[in-house]
Amino acid sequence: MVMKARTISRHFRESFKSLIRNGWMTFASVSAVTVTLLLVGVFTALMLNMNKAATDIENDVEMNVYIEIEADEVSVSALEDQITDLSGVESVTYSSKEEELSSLIDSFGDEMALFEQNNPLRDKFIVKATDPRQTERLASQITTIENIAAVEYGEDKIDQLFETLEVSRNVGAVLIFGLLFTAMFLISNTIKITIVARRREIEIMKLVGASNWFVRFPFLLEGIWLGIIGAILPIAVVSVLYYNVYEFMEPRLENSFIQILEFTPFIYQINALILLMGVVIGMWGSFMSVRKFLKV
Amino acid sequence: MIQMKQVYKKYSNGIMAANGFDVNIQQGEFVYVVGPSGAGKTTFIKMMYREEKPTKGTILINDVDIATLKAKRVPYLRRNIGVVFQDFKLLNQLTVYENIAFALEVIEEHPKTIKKRAMEVLDLVGLKHKARMMPDELSGGEQQRISIARSIANQPKIMIADEPTGNLDPETSWEIMNLFEEINARGTTIIMATHNREIVNTIRHRVIAIENGLIVRDEQRGEYGYEG
Ligand SMILES: Nc1ncnc2c1ncn2[C@@H]1O[C@H](COP(=O)(O)OP(=O)(O)O)[C@@H](O)[C@H]1O
Ligand SMILES: [Mg+2]
Repeated sequence: MVMKARTISRHFRESFKSLIRNGWMTFASVSAVTVTLLLVGVFTALMLNMNKAATDIENDVEMNVYIEIEADEVSVSALEDQITDLSGVESVTYSSKEEELSSLIDSFGDEMALFEQNNPLRDKFIVKATDPRQTERLASQITTIENIAAVEYGEDKIDQLFETLEVSRNVGAVLIFGLLFTAMFLISNTIKITIVARRREIEIMKLVGASNWFVRFPFLLEGIWLGIIGAILPIAVVSVLYYNVYEFMEPRLENSFIQILEFTPFIYQINALILLMGVVIGMWGSFMSVRKFLKV
Repeated sequence: MIQMKQVYKKYSNGIMAANGFDVNIQQGEFVYVVGPSGAGKTTFIKMMYREEKPTKGTILINDVDIATLKAKRVPYLRRNIGVVFQDFKLLNQLTVYENIAFALEVIEEHPKTIKKRAMEVLDLVGLKHKARMMPDELSGGEQQRISIARSIANQPKIMIADEPTGNLDPETSWEIMNLFEEINARGTTIIMATHNREIVNTIRHRVIAIENGLIVRDEQRGEYGYEG
């Protein structure tokens, strides 16, 4: 389908004329697209950041592997090798109870110093899995090794986080799906009105031999414009909102292992997504009407 | 150039509007299609430009079977066929000139060609001086002349007219017939369904009479043959 420049400009002209001629329906469709994309934008930004946070937390999952008190130095170093050799282990760091205590004293002050006489802590390895999801399997494997007293990690917290994430993702998906459908329906109705209003023109076009694409094209364009116009406000709002959230959060998270997604390129990605969805629902909405009411 | 072989048409409501048309029309012929209302004249005509698709049979136009033509090829078939109706089918929001230019624009003719051809055909139908008027400022006969001008703007080899004088008074009808004669004299094949016995009996051409979806009579220089 190669189109001549003047044909393209004609299609553009016709599609713009329709937007104006349809006035209120154009307004209604654009509003629906706007609301939809606004929610899609905000929700997606939220979800992606939550995902990021979850990954950050996940990647930070460490196991504390406590060593039996009776174990001597030789068996400790043997243990370290044994754990390192397990498949899926990223790192094994030894931390003696003295080191543990001094780091406690560092963070909580001198009151902790009175434990120096009788250190209640235990020697341990800090073990990280290459794939955080393997943590549970590794933990049970390590527990069975001789001279290991216990293995601890924040299993409940991780599971909970992922569950929350999962639920909100599903709720959001259903909501967005419903909204997308509504916006598409409204666009399809607007296009139908255009088609009905121009049925005589269409009839004559077909009679004198306009190609099927020539007849369809302005309507598809009109749908795309509705989608694009509907994307403008959401893009602006999401950009400003995310900029402010980012400016607020970023310094506060500086020392945390959880990080908010960088303003760029994230904002470009999410705006591209909003625009793309606008175009897609616009095209799809008009496509449905064109197929149903334009027998070409 | 137009050849129908055993063409049947059954509408979705079960009505059989064509019960085996067999006909051969040569390039340059002028053919009247006559018969009572509901006989199948319009169906006969509509199948020639694929407004209706036959249920069975072959319709060859220049050796192409248009009965099985792919939908996306239909527009190109229609560019070779001019169609004229009883109700003119003009766009009232466009001027006379624009109505003709429109038909050429939508088949993506070059702007220079559009201008040249539009003026030519307006001249042919004798309405060049009314190019800037709106269709509803013109008489019925003038509007039909515009629609004829539009139908021949793309220089089709075939012209199809379904009761083109049905809405016109006798005098205007004769003017329209003169125009058809002129177009036919230039080599265009004309197929015209009509109820106008006076015209058929005066300007003699081939007559195909249809009744109940069948060709019951096919005569060179025939007569209308029905009362009233
Ligand atoms: N689109 C259609 N759907 C169903 N029946 C139709 C349709 N068009 C025509 N018919 C029927 O087919 C028969 C022939 O109609 P038509 O070809 O219009 O006859 P004519 O033009 O000779 O009056 C009639 O009985 C008519 O009611
Ligand atoms: Mg008829």
